[in-house]
Amino acid sequence: MGHTTKSNWELIKNGMFSENTIFKMAISLCPSIAVTNSLKNGFFMGVSVIFVQVMVNLTVSLIRNFINPKIRIPIFMMVIAGYVSIIDMSMAAWARPVYKQIGLYIQLIVAFASIFARAEVFAVKNKLIPSIADGLGMGIGFFLAMVVISFFRELLGKGALWGIPIVQGNPLLIMVLPAGGFFAVGLLMGFFNWLDARVAAKKAA
Amino acid sequence: MAKETKEKQLVVSVSPHVRDEESIAKIMWSVNFALFPALIASFYYFGPRAMIVTLLSIVSSIGFEYAYQKFVGKKTTINDGSAFLTGLLIGMNLPPQLPFYIPVMGSFVAVVLVKQLFGGLGYNIFNPALVGRAFLLVTWPKLMTTWKEPSAAFVGLDAKTTATPLGILKEEGISKLLEEFGTKNDLYISLLTGHRAGSLGETSAIFLIIGGLYLLYKRYITWHIPVSFVGSVAVIAWIFGGKGALFTGDPLIHLMSGGLMLGAFFMATDYVTCPSIRKGQIIFGIGCGALTMLIRLKGGFPEGVMFAILLMNCFAPLIDRGVKPKLFGEVKAVKK
Repeated sequence: MGHTTKSNWELIKNGMFSENTIFKMAISLCPSIAVTNSLKNGFFMGVSVIFVQVMVNLTVSLIRNFINPKIRIPIFMMVIAGYVSIIDMSMAAWARPVYKQIGLYIQLIVAFASIFARAEVFAVKNKLIPSIADGLGMGIGFFLAMVVISFFRELLGKGALWGIPIVQGNPLLIMVLPAGGFFAVGLLMGFFNWLDARVAAKKAA
Repeated sequence: MAKETKEKQLVVSVSPHVRDEESIAKIMWSVNFALFPALIASFYYFGPRAMIVTLLSIVSSIGFEYAYQKFVGKKTTINDGSAFLTGLLIGMNLPPQLPFYIPVMGSFVAVVLVKQLFGGLGYNIFNPALVGRAFLLVTWPKLMTTWKEPSAAFVGLDAKTTATPLGILKEEGISKLLEEFGTKNDLYISLLTGHRAGSLGETSAIFLIIGGLYLLYKRYITWHIPVSFVGSVAVIAWIFGGKGALFTGDPLIHLMSGGLMLGAFFMATDYVTCPSIRKGQIIFGIGCGALTMLIRLKGGFPEGVMFAILLMNCFAPLIDRGVKPKLFGEVKAVKK
């Protein structure tokens, strides 16, 4: 049982920046391309993932001493599926228009590598509070990535934000199509890595 | 000092020892030169607007190459003619009447996103000019498929819009096409000389063929890709192109319309994005031809040369691996 030596604040920052799910780890890329064609969709997807990630880390951390390592994967799966069902049903009830568009991907959170990975490498080995902090950091990191990607895609692709038209003229239609998702994720990933390299160079100097 | 000079005279180098006069720049400028007949024909058919569109895409693609290389602190390579060629090909792949920001946007995608971000000339997976055009086609589908009827010389500035021959063939069939162009021979001549609607540089098949033959003569390209590309298009058009019965299609219409000649001679043969082994180049050409005809006959777009070449670009490294010749003395492992 390896306990983490990082403080809670460091854990949150770690999830948000240095181990950002999308831009640094490059996992869970499917939703980052599929649902980020409008800011609203990206926002709700991000919020759902924060909820599921925090609750899964919390639960797994609580029951970590009772989990038989041989059957840990089915157990994680059930925990994740439980929380995904909660968020799925809540959205179906209270956020109907958004749910119609991204409902399928909400259910797919069950299969997210990022959520599973945090349960496996972190929550099952650590105490309650650090696990929550880690889940919060990872969730917020994912949320930020979704918001940034969908912000640019909706703005460039439809000339609108949150469904409200902002710019007139011929928008870059490709940005709201799947191909534009790859362009957006790739370019933003490159941009953040470039930023990181510059910060690191400054620290070294 | 004297000793040093003496040492320098003994040059020991690895192969190749026999060098040629050819350089990237020389080849690139020759390709540009080979495209000029078709370019001038397009000025004749589509007027000054065609000139502006071409010029804009050339200038902007050189500009973006220069700006990007300055920005990341690389040596500028705008003199090697490859940015010029990319711009020229983008311009020749656009319909003549477009808002001016569109060629500039296409050059940006082609030069910065597709070429420079992958590492510059020689490292790009896809043909930059074609991705630029694909980006524009998907982004502004309406503007990019509004074709202008060719009007002789510089007189008819507000020419009416019309569909391309392939568009007509797809939507309304061969009878409508003959109605527009007269007899079958008239149609062939119009297609051959380029008196038809279409992208700027793709219309005059004859000038593109002349340019292609010049490149073949200079040995800058080999026959493998153009012949297998054009050949497979012709065979498939003959077998499946007709209405109803097999073997009733008209291959000549399919050969001379759309961007086939431009694609087969100038874009599929791009050194960077095609296989480098001869056998692989034939597979590559046949793949391009088959995909082109699949899109033309069954797909949603009337023209498929662009997507066919881009799709085959992804397979180029794989094809090269597949046809790699055996090393001397290598023995195949015996399966037990």
